[in-house]
Amino acid sequence: MRTVVKGLFSVLMSMALITGCSSGNAPATGSQAGAGAGSEAAAGSGAGKASGEKTELTFFYPVAVGGPLTKIVDGMAEEFNKANPDIAVKPVYTGSYQDTTTKIQAAVQGKTPPDVAVMLSTELYTMLDMDAILPLDDFIAKDGGSEYVNDFYPGFMANSQVDGKTYSIPFQRSTIVLYYNKEAFKEVGLDPEKPPQNWDELVEYATKLKKDGRWGVEIPTSGFPYWMFQSFALQNGKNLMTEDGKKVFFDTPENVEALQLWVDLAKKHQVMPEGVIEWATVPSDFLEGKTAMMYHTTGNLTNVKNNAKFDFGVAFLPAKKTFGSPTGGGNFYMFKGIDEKKQEAAWKFIRFMTEPERAAQWSIDTGYVATRKSAYETESMKEYVKTFPVAAVARDQLAYGHAELSTHNNGKVTKALNDSLQAVITGQAEPAAALKKAQEEADKILAPFNK
Amino acid sequence: MGLEHRAKWRINIYAWLLLLPSLIFLVLFTFYPVLQTVILSFYQADLGSPEPFFNGGDNYRIMLEDDVFWKVLTNNLWFALGTVPTSIALGLAMALFANKALRGKGFVRTAYFYPTVVPMIAVANIWLFIYTPEYGALSHVMEWFGHGGMNWLGDRTNVMFAMIFMVIWKEAGYFMIFYLAGLQNISKELYESASMDGAKPWTVFRRVTFPLLMPTTMFVLIIAFTNSFKLVDHLVIMTKGGPDNASNLLLYYIYETAFSFWDQGMASALTVVMVVILLLVAAIQFFGLDKKIHYN
Amino acid sequence: MFRKITGVAMYGLAALWLFPLVWAFWTAFRPRELAISWTLSPDFTLDNVIKVWNAAPFAQYYLNTFLIVTGVLAVQIVTATLAAYAFAKLRFWGRDALFILFLVQLMVPADILIFPNYNVLRDLSLLDTKLGIMMPYFASAFGVFLLRQTFKTIPHELEEAARMEGCSWWQILWRVYVPLARPTYIAFGLVSVSYHWNNFMWPLIVTNSVENRPLTVGLAIFAQSFETGAQWAEVSAATVMVIFPLLLAFLLFQRQFINSFIHSGVK
Repeated sequence: MRTVVKGLFSVLMSMALITGCSSGNAPATGSQAGAGAGSEAAAGSGAGKASGEKTELTFFYPVAVGGPLTKIVDGMAEEFNKANPDIAVKPVYTGSYQDTTTKIQAAVQGKTPPDVAVMLSTELYTMLDMDAILPLDDFIAKDGGSEYVNDFYPGFMANSQVDGKTYSIPFQRSTIVLYYNKEAFKEVGLDPEKPPQNWDELVEYATKLKKDGRWGVEIPTSGFPYWMFQSFALQNGKNLMTEDGKKVFFDTPENVEALQLWVDLAKKHQVMPEGVIEWATVPSDFLEGKTAMMYHTTGNLTNVKNNAKFDFGVAFLPAKKTFGSPTGGGNFYMFKGIDEKKQEAAWKFIRFMTEPERAAQWSIDTGYVATRKSAYETESMKEYVKTFPVAAVARDQLAYGHAELSTHNNGKVTKALNDSLQAVITGQAEPAAALKKAQEEADKILAPFNK
Repeated sequence: MGLEHRAKWRINIYAWLLLLPSLIFLVLFTFYPVLQTVILSFYQADLGSPEPFFNGGDNYRIMLEDDVFWKVLTNNLWFALGTVPTSIALGLAMALFANKALRGKGFVRTAYFYPTVVPMIAVANIWLFIYTPEYGALSHVMEWFGHGGMNWLGDRTNVMFAMIFMVIWKEAGYFMIFYLAGLQNISKELYESASMDGAKPWTVFRRVTFPLLMPTTMFVLIIAFTNSFKLVDHLVIMTKGGPDNASNLLLYYIYETAFSFWDQGMASALTVVMVVILLLVAAIQFFGLDKKIHYN
Repeated sequence: MFRKITGVAMYGLAALWLFPLVWAFWTAFRPRELAISWTLSPDFTLDNVIKVWNAAPFAQYYLNTFLIVTGVLAVQIVTATLAAYAFAKLRFWGRDALFILFLVQLMVPADILIFPNYNVLRDLSLLDTKLGIMMPYFASAFGVFLLRQTFKTIPHELEEAARMEGCSWWQILWRVYVPLARPTYIAFGLVSVSYHWNNFMWPLIVTNSVENRPLTVGLAIFAQSFETGAQWAEVSAATVMVIFPLLLAFLLFQRQFINSFIHSGVK
């Protein structure tokens, strides 16, 4: 098929020249062909052809927090280039996590993968199924060793490893925490230093905090509700999938109970808005005092810190059987099909980007959790935690952090769960039935991987 | 005879050469892709199968059992039903109004038309804010009526209406332009003789204007209908098809299937369905309703 | 009475239609803290616009969109003129069948063939190039129809006369048909430019790099990048920046645009 297309295309190009000459519009058509050749060449170099001595690396990265953060990443890459004159990293900002995933998959399918990329840690199985990524164990063994790997929090590494191999290195990572408005707590007679410890208290406090124009709590459910839901599943005893990403546990009684709690918060207790709650507006609601508590990513810490006009607290998510939260966010991956020189350079870059100092600075700038224990030993981080103690809450909760939902055919499986969750939230289905449906669908999707 | 024959040949070659540039692109990006899609739709080509293999009608069978497929299909029909007649009727009303020399004619025409030149992505950004609970314009307005907390995009029923209204806003002005053009072709004398007979405005519209605008209506109908299958940009910004696929449309589902799930066989089968629907509608248009009116 | 009511209603509609634009501008030029409040105060700021301009390479996106739009239009005009002339003025074998094939593109536009066309582009190694974004639109059935309709109304005698003077066929096309169809070209240009300026799905799929990303994709990426919560002021500012040039062009030339549209033979 490829040759057919190529053939057609060459006919077309020669045609363009002929008709171009005779139609009296030669300049227009001519320049068109020229532009084509030019951009093709540009694409070639964009894919990272080594030119001369320098090893060029294309680096795709998402920024979920917007605006100036792209500058921080670009700046870090520049710093790296300066320190390593024989390597030139070209950072390409590829939008949100979802956009980046799509871009990378498309690039892999188009046989022009980037050399390194930050993408969701949960894409591991998809990338493996596409045969797109390299295991990093050899590099780790040569440079860094287990000392390096073990320095990362296990909750973050959980999504990086399968079958005893390590495929990605944590970079821009988060978990879910509870943000609460201390002044609202005081107002209704709750102790502002005692956030809700368990589900019962969550309901109780939220009910107390609810008043006209203010909700008790908001749990965002747009876009990727599975992530929020996963924290409830973890608190109630069990993660949503097996470690090999081949089985899911959606319809357990514990999960039904968890989902029922969501429904009750909105319908029965009426302390949370009904319908799907938009991820992006929840922080605004919190900052505007329209909700007294919110579940949100630690990535929001800096935003809330800078914009809250009231005293706020950050706490572990309320527990059921145990505390628990999934981790989230992006890891470094290295892609197949690049030569050894590039692999070496890419590993150097990954090491550079994940150095404790840099991880600490990244955490301070963004609010994301620093990925390594040693990052919290650095002077700047110690200073930061001292002046802003809540920054340590997310880190401490990592003791209860688990792998984010990640399976083979991840997109389809999470969509099955997301759809069911939203069906329940919008009042279209009962928790048990909806989760059963999600389970059946996921089983069907995963069947080929269980052969 | 020989000479005439040769002349005929010459014209034939000449005509085909003129058509060749268009034809090559048409083949490359319309016919060949459709053919390739049909073939690929009989293959299993997804993340679970490294090498695509022939699987008969499996994709179609799975598709027919897929609730989401039926959901997006019915959504798309409702979406078409909601947007097409309303925006066409509104476009006609706008044209009739803007055509009469009144005060502020240019202003009114501009107000109706400008959404056409605003990219759908920009439209989606603006309307996303308008529809946002608590802070959006609509929420503020609804507050005056005591319904401030309405969740427009987070509710299964509301979300469709919200989308439909936005698309009508975007498209009506575009159709107005076609009607304005159509109105120029109706001779003034017809109206003059009608007013001599003392016909009421409504009668004139029913007996003269509307029937004579029929070709325009048919043309606009095609555009409006294809647009209702083509327009999915706003979903990327506003809802991603949610909640629970309540706003999901066929093309967006194809996009998800192809580029998020990499289920290429299924994406192809879905594309085939899309092509068949559009061709069926075209066939009805050209061979049924539209025999005499157009393209001649 | 009836007339008055409809008059008021239609002016009301115009106001309603303008509202989203006003709202976008309003939000874009107000301090970001005020974006979520519903108050009328005379605050005005350019901060949002400046911030957005610095946060993402919108200048590059502008250039990309401009190149794509002009490239598409230039090629479309050539291909469509040639094809329209053949359909309008020549009798040849297979004309009707071919014409129906062209009709198909009107009903099955490249926009819905995103997945198969992505594969074609991959086979041509044209992913993430401007040419790749443009190519599926180089042949425009819509343009062919419009021009064919116009060419048909041009009397044959004009062509005969030109031929008598010894004009070759392309001179005839260039000197007789093209000038007479000017309004049609403008109308088609308007449709094509606004269409491709607005196009999103296809460039989203085929572009990765800043060098090729058009405005719409850049805007979407920018608007989606706020994990920490919606930034309405910034997003509105970006939106306004993106729509402003086209809107301005339209406002300045709207009379010409709309008139040529009306007289273009679009029926």
